[in-house]
Amino acid sequence: MNVKFINPFLEATIDVLKTMAFIEPIPGKPYLKKDNIAKGDISAIIGLTGAARGSLALTFSESSIVKIVSNMLGEEIKEINGDIKDAVGEITNMVSGAARKKLEAEGFSIAAAIPTVVSGKGHSIVHVMGGPSIIIPFNTDNGSFVVDVCLTEGV
Amino acid sequence: MDKNMKILVVDDFATMRKVIRNILKQVQYENIVEAEDGLAALNVLKSQKIDFVISDWNMPNMTGYDLLKAVRADAEIGKTPFLMVTAESLQENVVAAVKAGVSNYIVKPFTAETLNEKITKIMEKEAK
Repeated sequence: MNVKFINPFLEATIDVLKTMAFIEPIPGKPYLKKDNIAKGDISAIIGLTGAARGSLALTFSESSIVKIVSNMLGEEIKEINGDIKDAVGEITNMVSGAARKKLEAEGFSIAAAIPTVVSGKGHSIVHVMGGPSIIIPFNTDNGSFVVDVCLTEGV
Repeated sequence: MDKNMKILVVDDFATMRKVIRNILKQVQYENIVEAEDGLAALNVLKSQKIDFVISDWNMPNMTGYDLLKAVRADAEIGKTPFLMVTAESLQENVVAAVKAGVSNYIVKPFTAETLNEKITKIMEKEAK
């Protein structure tokens, strides 16, 4: 995967969470993911097509997403529920939109599908292209989450 | 600005409607009704006086774009201020929405301040 695809997703993630949930996540060093096991409790995955093809998944620990969605809704949520599942899909949608806007500015016009949400300990993330993906880890005061990008140019 | 104006929030995700309601509350708009898609929104618009519409673009049954066209084509509700919410600012969508008579559009994610500015600008323009 081209490394120039990483920054738009990293910046978009920070922007979405700062704006919608008043949380500034701290990014860690990106690394290559070698299996399909999700690094958290709930994920949303979204297919990407166009100048580059693949998928984007965001996977949150329960503690991080409970705080993020509580802030977004202005009400306290204690565990993963329907609101959180909807919000994970919507956050992923927004990250995809914001990242694609940045990629478009660099000459990559990419369209996105509708996100699918999966939850449960040890659930799997299967990217449409099947290849290795890049994990961008993030930390917040309330736990960690990862952005999992698998994107290939001109397929 | 009339903070009591009745705002219709249209989004197929109940959670997103709650998020927008929460953002509106931060800028003192609390007279809010909701609809889950364009068709439901059209029914609300025809059954009660709505001062302002905030609608998502992508929805099943009737999209925000189709809702906008339906609103503008209706003599009774055709002048209702209409703010379109999108997850992306695709130029072709923006052009289509402007041609269809959208009052303004806002790209997610957005802050309470940005939403407030958009609403204020639209309402000031309407008042002229």
